[in-house]
Amino acid sequence: MALLNILVYPDARLTKISRPVKEFSEDLRKFVRDLEEIFRSFPGCVGIAAPQVGRFERIILVDISDKPKHVNHGFLILINPEITFCEGSSLGREGCLSVPDYTGKVERAKSITLKALNQKGEKLEFQMSGYEARAVQHEIDHLDGKLFLDRLVSRRNALSKRVEIPAKP
Amino acid sequence: MENWLMLTLVGKDRPGIVAKISHALFEMKGNLGEASMTRLGGNFTIMLMVCIPESKTVVQEKLQNICDELELFFHLDAIEAGLHQHIEPDVRISIHGADQAGIVASATDALNKAGLNILNLESDVGGSSESPVYIMHIEGIAGKGFDAVEQALQALSRKKDVVARMTPIDTMVG
Repeated sequence: MALLNILVYPDARLTKISRPVKEFSEDLRKFVRDLEEIFRSFPGCVGIAAPQVGRFERIILVDISDKPKHVNHGFLILINPEITFCEGSSLGREGCLSVPDYTGKVERAKSITLKALNQKGEKLEFQMSGYEARAVQHEIDHLDGKLFLDRLVSRRNALSKRVEIPAKP
Repeated sequence: MENWLMLTLVGKDRPGIVAKISHALFEMKGNLGEASMTRLGGNFTIMLMVCIPESKTVVQEKLQNICDELELFFHLDAIEAGLHQHIEPDVRISIHGADQAGIVASATDALNKAGLNILNLESDVGGSSESPVYIMHIEGIAGKGFDAVEQALQALSRKKDVVARMTPIDTMVG
């Protein structure tokens, strides 16, 4: 099947709020396969959200397993994802398929508890932190019509007042 | 071919400088590109790219009056430039310690030898006048790998008695 097209900012559709998935049908599974196909066509990309390809339903894919130094849960297909608890904050650099040639610093919760459904409508729950938690928060933002551009931390302040102090080895 | 100019302005800070300059450039049908403005030691400073149909000489003449009025030094260069040429840094370096002459020279020399290509550098002097503190942040590309940068920073830390740390930047693209 032909690859789906990625919506690119300032496409106004990226600000739409996506609706929850209600039917866990073959159509959903087919769409997830198509979404994964386009997701995999961007090396280095660790997540995608359905509205980025113009389907305004609460579906995201996240897979940071290519970054083995970050603890992760492998390839995640998350339907109607919801963050039920978050803790701490961390500053990191983000980019987005929908915002080419720009990256910026964004503050995100450090650890989250995530509830979601799988493609069969079964309940999932994860505790995650760091890079994977950042990816999930970035993708859930797409479902709420937000981009990382809406959460940028100014460069100078990010540097002088919010320095990340790495843990001593 | 696009006619890009790099405009540098320096002078006493006051409200409204950016608005007046950008308005003047807009009236010359200038299109602003990337810019960096900050206050340094109470001075207004900006460097900005402008793509403009007028020649450098014409822009220079038109800006002269405004800059005289605002008491700004200005400098204009015709440059070869373009947008959409961002390079991603892969390492962030923080250095801080008691202010002393030679921190930047030592740090940048060591980092250069360690293969670092600096993309952003910002530094400040904080603390008090009795006990000033120098703080520098650098983002760049570690051309010879992170270990080389780490070793350079450890040596710098010992030599200049400063805290020098690096954190890899792992840009999350989603």
